[in-house]
Formats: sequence, C-alpha cells, structure tokens
Amino acid sequence: MHIVIVGLSHKTAPVEIREKLAFAPTAMERPLRQMLELPSVAEGLIVSTCNRVELCAATKEPEAAMAALRRFLAEYHEVSPEEISSNLYSHQGEEAIRHLFRVASSLDSMVLGEPQILGQIKTAYGYAAEFKTAGLILNRFLHKAFSVAKRVRTETAIASNAVSVSFAAVELARKIFDRLDNKGVMIIGAGEMCELAARHFVTNGVSKVLVTNRTFERAEKLAAEFNGKAVPFECFVEHLAEVDIVMTSTGAPNFILGQRQMEEVLKRRKNRPMFLIDIAVPRDIDPKVNTLDNAYLYDVDDLQGVVQANLKERQKEAGKAEAIVEQEIGQFYQWLGNLEVKPTIIALRRKLEEIRQQELDKTFGNLKDLTDSQRRSIEAMAGAIINKVLHQPTAVLKRTQNDTSGEDYVDAVRTLFDLPAPAGDDKEFKPLDESDQE
Amino acid sequence: MTANVLLFKITLLTYFAATIFYLIGVISRKESVRLAAIWLLSGGFVLHCITLAARWFATGITPVASLYESLSFFAWALVGIYMIFYLRYRTIMLGAFITPLALVLMIIGSAAPKQAPALNPMLDSWWFPVHVTLAFLGHAVFAIAAAAGIMYLLQERMLKSKKFSGLFYRLPSLDTLDSMNYKCLTFGFPLMTMGIISGAIWANSAWGGYWRWDPKETWALISWFLYAALLHGRLTVGWRGRRAAIFAIIGFAFLLFTFFGVNLFLSGEHSFRNFTGQ
Repeated sequence: MHIVIVGLSHKTAPVEIREKLAFAPTAMERPLRQMLELPSVAEGLIVSTCNRVELCAATKEPEAAMAALRRFLAEYHEVSPEEISSNLYSHQGEEAIRHLFRVASSLDSMVLGEPQILGQIKTAYGYAAEFKTAGLILNRFLHKAFSVAKRVRTETAIASNAVSVSFAAVELARKIFDRLDNKGVMIIGAGEMCELAARHFVTNGVSKVLVTNRTFERAEKLAAEFNGKAVPFECFVEHLAEVDIVMTSTGAPNFILGQRQMEEVLKRRKNRPMFLIDIAVPRDIDPKVNTLDNAYLYDVDDLQGVVQANLKERQKEAGKAEAIVEQEIGQFYQWLGNLEVKPTIIALRRKLEEIRQQELDKTFGNLKDLTDSQRRSIEAMAGAIINKVLHQPTAVLKRTQNDTSGEDYVDAVRTLFDLPAPAGDDKEFKPLDESDQE
Repeated sequence: MTANVLLFKITLLTYFAATIFYLIGVISRKESVRLAAIWLLSGGFVLHCITLAARWFATGITPVASLYESLSFFAWALVGIYMIFYLRYRTIMLGAFITPLALVLMIIGSAAPKQAPALNPMLDSWWFPVHVTLAFLGHAVFAIAAAAGIMYLLQERMLKSKKFSGLFYRLPSLDTLDSMNYKCLTFGFPLMTMGIISGAIWANSAWGGYWRWDPKETWALISWFLYAALLHGRLTVGWRGRRAAIFAIIGFAFLLFTFFGVNLFLSGEHSFRNFTGQ
C-alpha cells in the first residue's frame, strides 16, 4: 500500500486559485465519498484551509491515484485540469509522508510554527473518520503525524516565541514580571492595537485595568469592556504608579509623558519596574524614559524588531524540527512496508519454525533414548502441525492482499504473533485534542 | 586517607560532567539534558557529602582547616545551597553559573596539599566548625546572589537595548532574578553576621581578644557593610533591580578576595599556615 498526496498551498498557488479549490468545511461528506469512489483510491482524507488544500489517499497504484486525484480536484470545482496543473504538487511514498509530517508540524506554514494547522488537520481527520473514508493506513498515518507535530512542538522552540506585535508585548512583559496575575495595566487612548494587546494581557491574567481617554465617555466604555476603571485624562499621570504596564496610542502631536514625570512615578513605586508600550505614531512617550532604571519603553518599531528576532529564532529551530521529521519518516515507512503480505508470511513462518526448534530441543533433552527414526518422525510431526496451522492464515493473507481489507489482516497477524514491527509508538486512537491552539 | 582523596577526585569528575551538561543546557532545550545535569550534580553532591564525612573520620577534625579542605567545603556548600534554590526556582541557568564555580573551587583544591592538618591545639574549640560552617554557607548564598545578579544585568541589558540573543529566551524574568537577590540577602546576611560573631567569640577564647583587625577580619567587615547597605537600601528606599544586582556582584567579589586574596597575598591569623602551626 502507498500513500499519495495531491495538493496546493500558499507556496504554489495565489489566493485566487486557492479560493476556487477550497472545500467548504461544513460539507465534507460529499467530496470525501466521491474521492473514495475513484477506483485507485482505497482511503481518503481532505485537508482544506485558507492556505492549502491537500488530498491524501492510500492506494495500491500510486501513479494512477495521483492522476485521478488531480482530475478529481479540478472536476469537483469545475475548473479545467490544465488551468490548475501548474499550481498542484503530487507526492508519493516517502515524499508524501514527509510532506504531511512537515505540514502538521507547521514547517510548511506561511508563519513558521503557527499552531492552527495542526488543529485543522485534526478536524479534517475527524471528518474522514466520521465518514469512514480513513482506514488502517490513514488512521495510523495521521496519528503518527500528530505525534510528530507534538514532538516538534515540545522538543524545539519553533512555536515558543510570539510572532505578532500584541503577543510579543505579552511575552516581553513576562520577561520583566514573571507573573502577570497581580499586575495592573493602563490603556491611554483607544487604538485598535492597544485594545488587542490589552485583551491579550487580560486573558493572560492581568487583573487591574485602567483606561483613560480625552473623551471620558469612550474611556468609560472601554473600561466597562475590561471590567476596569476609567480615569480622567487630565490626571492619568497620578494613577500611573498604580499600574505596571502602560499602553499608549493617542493622536497627540507631542509627548504626553516625559522623563521627569516618569522619574517621579518610579520613585512613588519604590522602583518596582514598569513596562511601557508606545504604539502611537507620532510617539506619546519621550524615548528618554527608556534610560531610566526599571523603566522599559518599547515603541512600534521595537516590538516589530522583537517579532523579527522571534521569527529568526523559529528559523533556527526549524532545522531541528526537520531532523525530527526525518527520524519519524523512517519509522513510519518501515511500518508501511511491514504491511506487505510476502514478508509477513515469511516472518510468521520463521517465528513458528523457531518455536518448533526450541520445543524439539527441549523434548529431545528429556527423551534421551529415542532412536534416530523416532526422532525424525517427531520432527516431521511438529513440521506438519506448523504447516496445518499456517495453511488457512496464509491462504487468507494471499487471497485478500488485493482487497481493501488486506492490510487489516496483515496488521492483525503481526500483532497476534508478535512479529517484529518497528513502527514505533502506535498508540491507541485518542479522542481529538483541541487544546493545542495558541 | 587515600580513600577520601580518591572520593574527592571522583566528586570532582562528577562535577565536571555536570558542568558540561549545564553548559549544553544553556543552548539546548532538551529536557533530557536538564535532567542529566541536575542528576549528575545531585550524584556529585551525595559523593561530596561522603567525601567530607570520610575526611572527617580520617583526620578527626572538621574538614575545614587546610586550604584543600576549605575549598572542598566551600564547593559543597555552594552546590548544596544551589540545590535548595533549584527546588524553588527550577532554573537551569543558575546552575550554569554555580556548577562551573564549584568545579573551579574543586580544581584549585585538588592542586593544594592534601595531608591532614595538625590543628593548632589553641584553635581546637567548638567554635571553630561553627564559625567556618556559617561563614561558608553565607558565602555560598551570596554566590547565588552574584550569579542571579549577573543574569539580571544580562537580561536587563537585552531588554533595554532591545537586542536579544538566544540567551534571552532562557533567562528567568527580571522579577524572578530580583526576588532571588532578595531571598539570598535575607538568608545570607544573618549567616554572615552569625559567622562573624561566632568567629569573634572563637578568637576571644583562642587569643583572648574579640577583634584584632587582621586583614581577613577587615575585609570581611567591609563585605558585611556592603551587604548591610544593600539590605538597608532594599528595605527602606526601594533599591532593587540593577543596583541590587551590581551590589551582589561586588559583594561577592569582596568575599572571594577575602577568602583567596587574604590567604594568598596577605598574612594574618586566618592564613592556613597559622591554623596548622607549620
């Protein structure tokens, strides 16, 4: 059995093509069933997100299946196959395994290491499992892909550093404060980015929120949203000492917070550190504030710089992730190879042959005064038993090897007789785990 | 006698291995590296305890009388205190500073003569082990404070300059490092104070005078004032962060000088020569 993948991604197709070839997440049953009707396709799975479409299948005839899937993708969406053929990629065998492992580990994502793709593949697998278009091979394949993705996430830092400005702000705060739950934040002005960052802070535990705005009503409105308190703009400086994090995004043409004022505030706070985020352009806070001890001032460019550095860090980690993927490919490929009928029959025979030899040795050890001809007939009898026992299973394996159920028998034989199957951690199917979202 | 020296060498090698894993742990994110480091260090610490006990039995006096013994004891205290801190803060970075320091102390110790000191009978008093133990525990706690201080300055510089190296992602937060500084101060300062007081009592029983301004006493007093100033500043005017970190580093430099410099360059009652009456 082989695995093939036909698909397109943000790397091979512009959005105009991707939107044409996407599958609606609410109606996956029809395309999945149609895909399974293709003569060369034994099992099927469709991953469709805004950045990629992947048709993944288990098949006996990889070349035919890939051609059929390309046609299917075009026909289903009513476009001509020629029109999209340059946007499609097809992978088979080891390449296909590598491809899905990389996609699941977010190594092929637009934003390297972004966590959504794993959840999207899990959802796609959920449909395939629900409509029974995934069988033994794809079940195992997908679960392996999930475990590879998990390994990549825990063993490398590929997803550990924020790559959006608002998340970067939260992360920096953690590098200063350790805990955020006993901290306070003040929002000055009402920029959208400010609000977004404030929301991140609140979901990360910040409990106290103060809001100030030149229009007091707007401050009150925003404060209500965060369960916070509005303070009049004229005296916001007096309240600064109460908070640890300050975010500003006013339209003021000049600095609204200077070095002298901040010095005063820090003194009132007994030098407990403060993190100031100035998202406004032109800036709201005098950059000299950053020279004060225990005050950390970041403007938009600084935060962008952090995001860039984090992306670079992710790039570095990608190398390690690729190495993990390579390791796991080998294991899975071996398992797939073990599903071949012939080597299984040979392994089964060898196993029983070993048992026969051991038991004969034991018996002959106890019965020392057997004649040679007696020994021979005992040996022959043991051999005959093996042949009789093996006859039916071997016949079934051979007969079913071209059916869709063939792999199930092979897998069962390998499990029942404990034949060496170095497929690694083939755990029981777990319920889908949606907790991996950022 | 050879048994405890052999044990000492095995301990040293274990610390060496632990140091390597700690340094790898600075770069690698692998959980296995961190575990290897902490287990090697724990194993080394257990060996070290046995080493000290063996030495004690062999010589019959608390093993802190010769340079070799006291370096070994200092390293032991350092590792022990670090392990207590590890239970609370779980940071591998701290170990990456402390383990090499313990290793260096052990290496210097291994170069020092190892014969059993014949303790000057005048000094043989119950106050001797008390004084030395308290002093070294205090030193060890302040070594942690200095390591936390160095980490604080590194982290603070990156946050201020907005240029981040790979280290940034592994250092604990500024708050954590600053709270380490404070914890060390609250434990280290009483230890050091009691160490000095017990030393004075011992001196009185040995030489009939509490304080004789010998170089080591003077330098220890200077360090004590430094830490007293830091503690005072922290409690009253909110010295913290960078300033506290710098103080902790300077304070420990003074302590190191008090320990090494005075023994090596200056003479006085505290030099090991006088202990052993050679």
